[in-house]
Amino acid sequence: MATTERIDARRRPALPFKIQVEPRMEVPRWLPITVSVAAVLIALVLGAFALRLAGEPHPFKAFAAIAKELFGSWGGITDVLVQATPLILVGLACSVAFSMKLWNIGAEGQFFIGAFAASAIVLTPVLSAETPGWIFIPVMMIAGVVGGALWGFVPGYLKAKFNVNEVITTLMMNYIAIEWNNYFIFGVWSEGGFQMSPRFPRTAWLPRLADYAREIPEFSGLTLHLGLLFGPMAAVIVWWILYRSKWGYEIRLAGDNPRAARYAGTNITRNMILVMMLSGALAGLAGMAQIGGVVRRMQGSISSGYGFTGIIIAWLAKLNPLIVVVVSILFGALILAGREIGRSGISMLIQGIILFALIASEFLLRNRVRITRVREA
Amino acid sequence: MPEAVSAVEMRGIVKRFPGVLANDRVDFDLRQGEIHALLGENGAGKSTLMNVLAGLYRPEDGAIWVHGAPVNFRSPRDAIVHGIGMVHQHFMLVPSLTVTENILLGLHEPRFLMQLPAYHKRIAALEERFGLGVAPEAKIWQLSVGEQQRVEVLKMLYRGAEVLVMDEPTAVLAPQEVDELFATLRSMTAEGKSIVLISHKLNEVMAISDRITVLRKGRTAGPPLDTGSTSREALAELMVGRKVLFEISKDIQAPGDLVMSIENVSAENDQGLPALGGVSLQIRSGEILGLAGVAGNGQSELAEVITGLRPCTAGQVTINGKQVSNLPARVAIDANVAHIPMDRTGVGSSPNLSITDNLIMKAYRQRPISKGWSIDGRFARRHATKLKDEYEIIAPSIDTQSRLLSGGNLQRVILAREMSGKPQAIVAVQPTRGLDVGAIEGVQRLLLEQRRAGAAVLLISEELEELLSLADRIAVIYEGEILGIVEDQDQEAVGLMMAGHREIPAKEGERKSG
Repeated sequence: MATTERIDARRRPALPFKIQVEPRMEVPRWLPITVSVAAVLIALVLGAFALRLAGEPHPFKAFAAIAKELFGSWGGITDVLVQATPLILVGLACSVAFSMKLWNIGAEGQFFIGAFAASAIVLTPVLSAETPGWIFIPVMMIAGVVGGALWGFVPGYLKAKFNVNEVITTLMMNYIAIEWNNYFIFGVWSEGGFQMSPRFPRTAWLPRLADYAREIPEFSGLTLHLGLLFGPMAAVIVWWILYRSKWGYEIRLAGDNPRAARYAGTNITRNMILVMMLSGALAGLAGMAQIGGVVRRMQGSISSGYGFTGIIIAWLAKLNPLIVVVVSILFGALILAGREIGRSGISMLIQGIILFALIASEFLLRNRVRITRVREA
Repeated sequence: MPEAVSAVEMRGIVKRFPGVLANDRVDFDLRQGEIHALLGENGAGKSTLMNVLAGLYRPEDGAIWVHGAPVNFRSPRDAIVHGIGMVHQHFMLVPSLTVTENILLGLHEPRFLMQLPAYHKRIAALEERFGLGVAPEAKIWQLSVGEQQRVEVLKMLYRGAEVLVMDEPTAVLAPQEVDELFATLRSMTAEGKSIVLISHKLNEVMAISDRITVLRKGRTAGPPLDTGSTSREALAELMVGRKVLFEISKDIQAPGDLVMSIENVSAENDQGLPALGGVSLQIRSGEILGLAGVAGNGQSELAEVITGLRPCTAGQVTINGKQVSNLPARVAIDANVAHIPMDRTGVGSSPNLSITDNLIMKAYRQRPISKGWSIDGRFARRHATKLKDEYEIIAPSIDTQSRLLSGGNLQRVILAREMSGKPQAIVAVQPTRGLDVGAIEGVQRLLLEQRRAGAAVLLISEELEELLSLADRIAVIYEGEILGIVEDQDQEAVGLMMAGHREIPAKEGERKSG
């Protein structure tokens, strides 16, 4: 049936050296950080190459100019921080879920539902326009958090009870969320046929630094809003939950070895649902912060793919909530840089390469590559 | 002397894995048309030897002849070219494809057009020849486990296998499927095929094989035996081997109150087949009950029922009168039941978490390790440092990930965690398996300490010597049932029951009365 092959033929080594891969016993402390930084650098170099191909004669000079513009003035810095705000929250959302190996790809949808729920408070209206801000804003926050948590609950429940793949459900629910929003901005809340809601009343705005320009002239034109505080506060809370609380211990245990978690007597089913809800809540809060602090109305273009960028951020931060804050600022700058370049595809490209390089580097973290000479026989 | 040429002859096979000598100068020969059983305990090197024959592993030393001609296999493909095919314990089939498609997968023919109807016919003809009934058009996921196994056999036959190696083929089968499998094996030998059957079940081996080679700890325990002229008892002795008894001093102590009560428990295994059929055992405070039996007779399922990790279909388990079976694992933990699982890395520890995190796995819910919602990290670290010293866990620090620990040290982490909670009851499954002599002694000493402290211990082990030296009573489990309980360390009686004999021989009774 099959032909006999020569079995005893000795193969000659093709190269004078041998590449050996062996599993790493202990990962040195410096390695993960080095790998993350290297991934960013590789992405910048490849991005520069792409930029050169797109017709920019001095891509690195362009990078430097953009960096100076973004970090060289208070205006630039606050713009970066405004961009970073939703990213921190969705980055945390992904970190929490990923810590339990729940692959929540639905932060984008949870973001939209959070924004929708917060808008509903204003536009239904649940609270009248005369309501003072100190009531309005907390109620909108709660609505955003509850909306996002609900959007996380559905895939969490399906996964926990029926083992439905959460990658599929969260991904699909993104589309539901976006189309649900579209229904309202095209129809119910449409302002004079435009695909957006009317502007929110002032009381529903998250206060900006610029609002205090009359008292402190330096604040004039600064877009930084109260939502920025949500991010670092949430980061500290999430860090405390994951590394200092009983619940966080259960999450990390289940993420590393679900069978051991069961053996330790934890309720995995309940934790799965709760973690997905927390993840959704954080993304929902991001949506609320974005419409309350930046857009100030409901419309279709409130997110430039924040939910998906959150995945990269969580990964780059190695799921550490505090590092998520730092990485989000970098990514905020990257998004703005994309607008500066004008060819915003480049910044997406750089993001994509960073994720790609990071996933590839997992191999280097787990294994060690040794190149040895082949001894002549 | 052409008549004497064996189908397969293996001489002096040596196969080493990191830290383990899996095969130590093993000889094996298979005659044309026979069913040759390869018998031995887990880890005796049976599968390794056959993986060498099937071209999956390359031996460090030794030679193989097939039909008298020397061969040197580099891959399973080489082996099948020489007519040697192996059916592994875990099937390698694509669930969404049909039987025919699975069989043709990886072959050079058909080349481009599948021409499935023609191949359906060829495969149906092959099935008829060997009495293997499976619809060639059926998709794999529609088939029972037994039918899937037949597809694996067909795959090998279609590729022209003359020698078929079956690795623990009955482990996944229901009893009636075992009978069908045996009928198939016989029809294949009638067609001139030769079969190697890897097994650790004495009954099966006695029922189906022509000759038997026993492996123990990587070596052959003597030359092949004719099945007709040996007995289960003799085989059990060859399999387990007689070792020097550990001189462990065990105080004589009267057991106290009833702690663990297992009443008429039935349960299913992971495949949904019955694994336990009405097991009843009572264990008192300060008593070690040994559970003897060849692996796979329901021991691990019993341990999981007691610790709440597996539901039981009938009966119940109580600890100090409180029910723990069919309830969350948490209930058994709260009832102070310690569990030393067989699978240390898969169940008993969390590989990427630190030693500290692994040590608090059972105690993190209670004060003083946790306060309210938070875990007192400083206290947890102090607790871990204390246990690390007390149980002599050798590791760079308490922050070391547990996956970096050696088997013995990992077991110490698990023991430290389970024993430090002052357990009322202990379920220890193969606690010394795979450990070196020093570590074994440490584990055994710890179990005796717990006995002295008044714990009720269920010790599940395949090491008869261990049970004889530690246990106050030894129950024997066979195919999910308790065949009897031996109270006077009668090794022979235990051995007989391990082989499936229900009645304890008469002299047992005589000795008791006399």
